[in-house]
Amino acid sequence: MKKRLAEFIVIFSMWILLTWSVKIQDLFAGLVVAFFVTILTRRLFPDDFLKLLNPRRFLLGAFYIPYLFYYILLANLDVAYRVLNPFLPIRPGIVKVKTSLKNDFAKTILANSITLTPGTLTVEVDGDYFYVHWINVSSDDPEIQRELILGRFERMLRRVFE
Amino acid sequence: MSNSFAVAFIIIGVTFDLLGCLGLIRLPDIYNRLQAATKSVTLGTCAILFGVALEFGIINSGGIKALICILFVMFTSPTAAHALARGSHIRGFKLWEESVVDKLKKDREK
Repeated sequence: MKKRLAEFIVIFSMWILLTWSVKIQDLFAGLVVAFFVTILTRRLFPDDFLKLLNPRRFLLGAFYIPYLFYYILLANLDVAYRVLNPFLPIRPGIVKVKTSLKNDFAKTILANSITLTPGTLTVEVDGDYFYVHWINVSSDDPEIQRELILGRFERMLRRVFE
Repeated sequence: MSNSFAVAFIIIGVTFDLLGCLGLIRLPDIYNRLQAATKSVTLGTCAILFGVALEFGIINSGGIKALICILFVMFTSPTAAHALARGSHIRGFKLWEESVVDKLKKDREK
C-alpha cells in the first residue's frame, strides 16, 4: 500500500511538472489519470524504489547522476576519437562479465550505465552475467575486464541499493 | 548572456550528433554502429534540450518539459540500444570479421 502511494505521488508530480498549471480542472484530471496509471502499472514499478527515501541512499543516488555524466562525456570524446581517426582503432568483441549486485533495479541502472559509458554496450543479461559488446577489448583476463567495465559503477550502486 | 550559453549548448549538441552520424557510416558492424549512435546521440540530444531549457528559462513550462525530456532520453536510449543489439544477436547478425571474441555466441551454442 505504501508502495502504491509512493508510485501515485511520483506520477502525479510528473503530471504537475508537465502541465505546469495549478488550475483546479488540471489537478483533477491529473488525479484521475495518476490513479488509473498506478493501477495499470502496479507490476512494472520497481519494488526497491522506496529505498531511495532513506536520506543517505538518496544523497548517494543524487551524486550518481553527475558521476554518470562525467563518464558519458568521456564516452563521447572516445567515440569522437575513434570515428575521426583515419585508421579506425577498434578491436571489438563480446565479453562476459559477472556482477555481484542482486537487486533488479540496480542491475537495470548498471546495464544502462554500461551502455552509456566509453566503448561498452550491454547486449544480453542472463542472471548475474552481463554480455557486453566492447569496442576495444584490451585484456583477456575476466577479472581485469570486470574491473574495467563494471568496477566504477558497481561499488556506488551497491552502496545506494544494498 | 543566457542566450549565448543556450546557443553554445545547442552547438555542442549538434556537433556530437554529427559525430554520431559519422560513426554510423564509418564503423563496420551493427554493434559498433549502435555504440557510436547511442552515446553521441544521448549526450548531443541532452545538450540541445538543455540549451532549449536555458533559452526558455528553466523555471517555466517550456524549460521544465525540456529537463524532463533529458531524463527520459537518458533512460530510454540505452534501453533501446540494448533491445536492438539483443534482437540482432538473436536473429544471427554477424560481428565484424576482425572481432576478437564472442562469448555470447559460444554460450548460446552450448
